[in-house]
Amino acid sequence: MSETKALETMIGEEYKYGFTTDVEYEDFPKGINEDVVRLISEKKDEPEWMTEFRLKAYRAWTEMEEPTWFNATYEKPKFDTLQYYSAPKNKPKLNSLDEVDPNIRETYEKLGIPLEEQKMLSGVAVDAVFDSVSIFTTFKEKLAEAGVIFCSISEAVKDHPELVKKYMGSVVPVRDNFYAALNSAVFSDGSFCYVPKDTICPMELSTYFRINNMNSGQFERTLIIAEENSHVSYLEGCTAPMYDEHQLHAAVVELIALDNAEIKYSTIQNWYSGDEEGRGGIYNFVTKRGACRGKNSKISWTQLETGSAVTLKYPSVILQGDNSVGEFFSVAVTNKRQQADTGTKMIHIGKNTKSTIISKGISAGRSDNSYRGQVKISKKADNARNYSQCDSMLIGQTCGAHTFPYIESANPTGKIEHEATTSRVGEDQIFYLQQRGISEDDAISLIVNGFCKEVLKELPMEFAVEANKLLGIKLEGSVG
Amino acid sequence: MRHTNKSFLKQKLNQKETIVLELKNLHAEVEGEGIEILKGVNLKVNKGEIHAIMGPNGSGKSTLAKVVAGHPEYEVTGGDIIYNGESILEMDPDERAHAGVFLAFQYPVEVPGVTNTTLLRESYNTIAASRGREELDPLEFDDYIREKLDLVEMNPDFLERSVNAGFSGGEKKRNEIFQMAVLQPTLSLLDETDSGLDIDALRVVSDGINKLHGEEDAIVLITHYQRLLNYIIPDFVHVMIGGKIVKSGGKELAFELEEKGYDWLESLAKVNGEAK
Ligand SMILES: Nc1ncnc2c1ncn2[C@@H]1O[C@H](COP(=O)(O)OP(=O)(O)OP(=O)(O)O)[C@@H](O)[C@H]1O
Ligand SMILES: [Mg+2]
Repeated sequence: MSETKALETMIGEEYKYGFTTDVEYEDFPKGINEDVVRLISEKKDEPEWMTEFRLKAYRAWTEMEEPTWFNATYEKPKFDTLQYYSAPKNKPKLNSLDEVDPNIRETYEKLGIPLEEQKMLSGVAVDAVFDSVSIFTTFKEKLAEAGVIFCSISEAVKDHPELVKKYMGSVVPVRDNFYAALNSAVFSDGSFCYVPKDTICPMELSTYFRINNMNSGQFERTLIIAEENSHVSYLEGCTAPMYDEHQLHAAVVELIALDNAEIKYSTIQNWYSGDEEGRGGIYNFVTKRGACRGKNSKISWTQLETGSAVTLKYPSVILQGDNSVGEFFSVAVTNKRQQADTGTKMIHIGKNTKSTIISKGISAGRSDNSYRGQVKISKKADNARNYSQCDSMLIGQTCGAHTFPYIESANPTGKIEHEATTSRVGEDQIFYLQQRGISEDDAISLIVNGFCKEVLKELPMEFAVEANKLLGIKLEGSVG
Repeated sequence: MRHTNKSFLKQKLNQKETIVLELKNLHAEVEGEGIEILKGVNLKVNKGEIHAIMGPNGSGKSTLAKVVAGHPEYEVTGGDIIYNGESILEMDPDERAHAGVFLAFQYPVEVPGVTNTTLLRESYNTIAASRGREELDPLEFDDYIREKLDLVEMNPDFLERSVNAGFSGGEKKRNEIFQMAVLQPTLSLLDETDSGLDIDALRVVSDGINKLHGEEDAIVLITHYQRLLNYIIPDFVHVMIGGKIVKSGGKELAFELEEKGYDWLESLAKVNGEAK
């Protein structure tokens, strides 16, 4: 009856992005040392200053310890056998879509991301990153008309060195943490976006990250700069094939908002999460941080985290400018053996700064889902405000949910509010909806969507439907 | 009043076609715990009829309703549930709902973040699809449910509120009947819909139920109070004690119960029990 049906759909269509693409890769040595770092820089034809940046980071990394403080147990990545750079063989500088390897093009089609501009969701520009390299960026010209630069970070290093030099590493310093240092040494590609003064970016920007190569790690680097009075909304999506081995993904994202600027950064993360027994899946160890440098600036992180075997991720905002605003809206879903330790940091430095944290954790199967959040109000941050709400929902009896709030306030005028709830999707709730004719899976999906509503409504409209569907698929058959 | 004579007539007609629900020596226990709650229930409900089930607390009335609707918490260990001529024991709760079984819950469940409209549109359309009826788009649906709101005099503000979340006891009960109005079931099991409703609300909701009821559907209502039966006049009244129906009669039985309580029937339950 319902159990077997649910099980069938689960096996049948659970992770529909798990296919691999047949492409030839450039040879690249495994393991890491200074020569490998230099070789990456050479492959990418980088200027000297970039090579130096990498080497400095590499040296810092060799002195750092792998972190162990979070709530997850897993087999450590094997840093000396990993391949740090992986590029499809025929990757000339692409000027037209026709030059993209047809297999890779097809991959994006299958993922529902056609690269032909006329087929795209209107109003969304896409940068497609395949393993380590950016394959194609759409709508470049249209964006250029508005003065917006949207390209791969590799191109930005060459074409806009002054901007990259000024901002890269300014929010996440190379020594920030173990994985950020590693990324700074070996990052391969990623997206770059610059929105000039007084400009509202005319379309949604998005990057689709795809890991294909089994042995390679993916280390992308994203840098978004919003000048005074500008506004940009950016979305990243991530998928990967199903392999029995774990793959490492260690990205760094830096956001900079100047006076009155606003950056909205959304993520729909659906890396392969491993099988029922915890074999395979992506390690998603990511450093994401935004700096509200200017007065009245605003940075919002919205994330829908559904994939990866292990996730460590704390998109943060440094509220430097007076009256600046930081927001974090998160839905993290774990199922099977997934482990997620995610949350945010809000660092209040400027006066009258305000932050809001809404975190919804949903755990099913035998997974573990932790929220870890830090709110820090420094001495000078008069009248800082924070509101945090962390809700956990449990489906079934074998999963776990944990909340770790850290609050530090060095200014007595600060106000911090924290609320947390835990609920369980009850048999009675499901039965009630089933009695109204709704199938068990749809009932769970409805309950979960209701639970996450406040967060999902923050996603750009174009992606809201996708997000709803993803949640449904993710939890299919989770009540047995 | 209007149904009493008709239904007696109907019983003499071709029974097979008019029976909506037939419980045959139904036994059920709490899944996995071996606690038997229904201990051989027999009941026959025809189209166009209203049956009232009364009985002391804990006698198994809600369990009976939930078992008919297919709640996974209970396991049917004996007997059968025949609905429209077929056993529905193997059907999931949603399949039973598609077939026209509706349960108005004694304790309606809250579903935070899901609006009444969202739930009802999903419900209406899945049920419509499974019965080959036309689905309604959001605009058509909006027109459709506004009519139904009037039927139970419900404030339209409730449409955009989360299902039952923060509703008062009486509001929840009214919402159940509103859902019944929208979904137009063939068999409605109304579990203590009257408890929690104030005097005016009771009248309004009862009127609504009477308007919804017709020749083609049947209602089983569970209640503790004879008062409800002044508004919704049953064709039959059954008394459930200790997981069994121990006595059945016409609406006068309700008055008798009101007067005498259940004590005089307890012994009947025992005798019946031993006889088995
Ligand atoms: N899941 C369960 N586990 C254990 N006992 C149960 C369970 N469900 C029902 N029961 C027991 O079965 C008996 C019948 O319960 P039920 O809710 O059907 O009674 P009722 O006739 O509806 O009572 P009331 O008039 O108070 O609503 C009660 O003693 C109740 O405690
Ligand atoms: Mg009851």
